[in-house]
Amino acid sequence: MAAVAASVAGRPPIISLRGVTKVYGAGATMFQALKGVDLDIAEGDFVAVMGPSGSGKSTTMNILGCLDVPSGGSFTFRGQHIELLSRDQRALVRRRYLGFVFQGFNLLARTTALENVELPLLYRGEDRKARRDLGMAALDKVGLANWWDHTPAELSGGQQQRVAIARAIVTNPDVLLADEPTGNLDSERSVEIMELLTDLNRNSNITVLMVTHEPDMAAFARTIVHFKDGLVERIDQGHRSGAKVEA
Amino acid sequence: MLGTTFILAIRSIRRHLLRSFLTTLGIVIGVAAVVAMVTLGKATTVSVQQSVASLGTNVLQIRPGQGFGRGGGGPRPPDFKQSDVDAVARQVAGVKAVAPQAQATGTAIYEGSNWSTTINGTTLSFLDVQPWPLQSGRYFTPTEEAAGKLVCILGNTVYQNLYRGGEAVGTRMRIAGISCDVIGVLTARGQGGFGDQDDTVIMPIKAVQRRFSGNRDIRLMLVGVDSAYATSTVQASIEDLLRERRNITGGKSDDFNIFDTKQISDTLTGITTALTGVVTAVAAISLVVGGIGIMNIMLVSVTERTREIGIRLAIGAVAREVLMQFLVEAIVLSMLGGLIGLLIAQLVVVGLSPALKVDYLFDPQINLIAFAISGLIGVVFGYFPARRAASLNPIDALRHE
Ligand SMILES: Nc1ncnc2c1ncn2[C@@H]1O[C@H](COP(=O)(O)OP(=O)(O)OP(=O)(O)O)[C@@H](O)[C@H]1O
Ligand SMILES: [Mg+2]
Repeated sequence: MAAVAASVAGRPPIISLRGVTKVYGAGATMFQALKGVDLDIAEGDFVAVMGPSGSGKSTTMNILGCLDVPSGGSFTFRGQHIELLSRDQRALVRRRYLGFVFQGFNLLARTTALENVELPLLYRGEDRKARRDLGMAALDKVGLANWWDHTPAELSGGQQQRVAIARAIVTNPDVLLADEPTGNLDSERSVEIMELLTDLNRNSNITVLMVTHEPDMAAFARTIVHFKDGLVERIDQGHRSGAKVEA
Repeated sequence: MLGTTFILAIRSIRRHLLRSFLTTLGIVIGVAAVVAMVTLGKATTVSVQQSVASLGTNVLQIRPGQGFGRGGGGPRPPDFKQSDVDAVARQVAGVKAVAPQAQATGTAIYEGSNWSTTINGTTLSFLDVQPWPLQSGRYFTPTEEAAGKLVCILGNTVYQNLYRGGEAVGTRMRIAGISCDVIGVLTARGQGGFGDQDDTVIMPIKAVQRRFSGNRDIRLMLVGVDSAYATSTVQASIEDLLRERRNITGGKSDDFNIFDTKQISDTLTGITTALTGVVTAVAAISLVVGGIGIMNIMLVSVTERTREIGIRLAIGAVAREVLMQFLVEAIVLSMLGGLIGLLIAQLVVVGLSPALKVDYLFDPQINLIAFAISGLIGVVFGYFPARRAASLNPIDALRHE
């Protein structure tokens, strides 16, 4: 019953879920959020994850983001079994290969855009100059180079989300995970963010995984994965990424 | 790794200056209080010891009466006679010298300046009991002493107030209405816990007895004890001798008292040390309270900053890095507090020293200890909140509102 996305050009998938389950709580309050998810993500793909509320989209994203571990099944990233890693090892996978964008932006308050963007580099042990250069380059990519010394309170929602994207891509990750990145933005701002993600996917070769409720936003993706009741219900492929731009 | 943590901690402190300041206030006050108290206590002890030392070490003071405070009621016990002085000097083993003193008070006048002071009549043996160098001029000669000539040696305070730095030796001043020739000026001994020793005029004892007190009584004997002898043994021998000479028998108590300056010094040092201890203990409690303040605010801060911790974890910080950041933050804060506390303590000591009549004193040891303790407080009270921050689940932390 599980659907498996075909890999692009026959290459092995960068991410592979097999029979992944997730159980929250125990006893009477026990709840099975994922019931055996099989999913392959091809390197370089732009994937939108859709589905009704409570269908397990965020749960899946948290597992893919190495923020959480599956209760059962296997999760391989570039062939490595993540479910066997320790908490700190998973943190290092996040640090090296992944970037996150959240619905609520999640920037550090009272901290300039540049310092927010530099944060992952700090944990990577980059020196001051490298942090500055890479940080400014990332801000430039999202079109906010002139706003580098503004704090989140001084930025609009769209700008904050772009700073968050700059922070996610500053380390040049393999995969960018975004859980409802446009959930807090109006449609105009949302389109800007989607164009940015499309650009990163195409020109920076970053695999993008994005949860969204809006078909308009999902239309930017090349692959759409539909969730229902803790399972992958259907995968739509062959979308032309960026098709919406001309419309 | 540590560099990164340090940068993060400093940034976080800078971003929340008011919170940081309030967090560290307890440490600032605690360290300032402890260091100021210990330093002032030490300074007081030093000053007490100095002023007692200026009375002479190995010096016994013998006075008629029963000592401090207990004089009331009954006839005043008689003063000593010259024969008592001679007896103590000759019959007691270990006595190096005995200086009798006859005292009077009077106003000294020179060219319109006047100064009320104490006139101390003594013999040259006072120099054998405890040396007192001259600033200028000379001591009186044995001939002048024997004749009771009206020559006087000025204590430094009297000299400063009457002559204001001018030439005194060779002049003639009046004291209690009687003229005397100034032959010397003594060096300053300094202010002490027993009043100003330099506020005195020294004359041959016979001159004071004849012209000022009108009798041959001796109010005070200063006994210099040979350092080869224990002062307590010498003190006991003198007591026996004087009881016999003053016909005090059986269980009757002495009508004179003998002070051992060393004993006074020890007693006073003991008192100041004890007082310093008590005050320091109180201050130390405030330091502990300050530490708990740090812990409290750090804990609140963990709750407040849950989302921040979630973000850090999500972008790849490992638990140890989050722990270190909070720990370093606590340590930096409390050490900064300690440093500020040390500075305030120095200001307090500088400010209070004159009022307490002690010299400014910098005690590196207590400063170092207090600084180390402030760091330790950071470690101890920062650890618990830091561990809590590090153990948070990133997803829960991110979802935290
Ligand atoms: N920490 C948790 N403890 C218990 N149950 C949880 C927890 N997290 C999620 N769930 C439950 O698991 C189910 C799936 O949640 P999930 O967040 O993955 O849904 P979602 O598809 O992202 O929904 P939405 O579109 O509303 O964000 C939900 O029924 C939710 O209540
Ligand atoms: Mg969700």
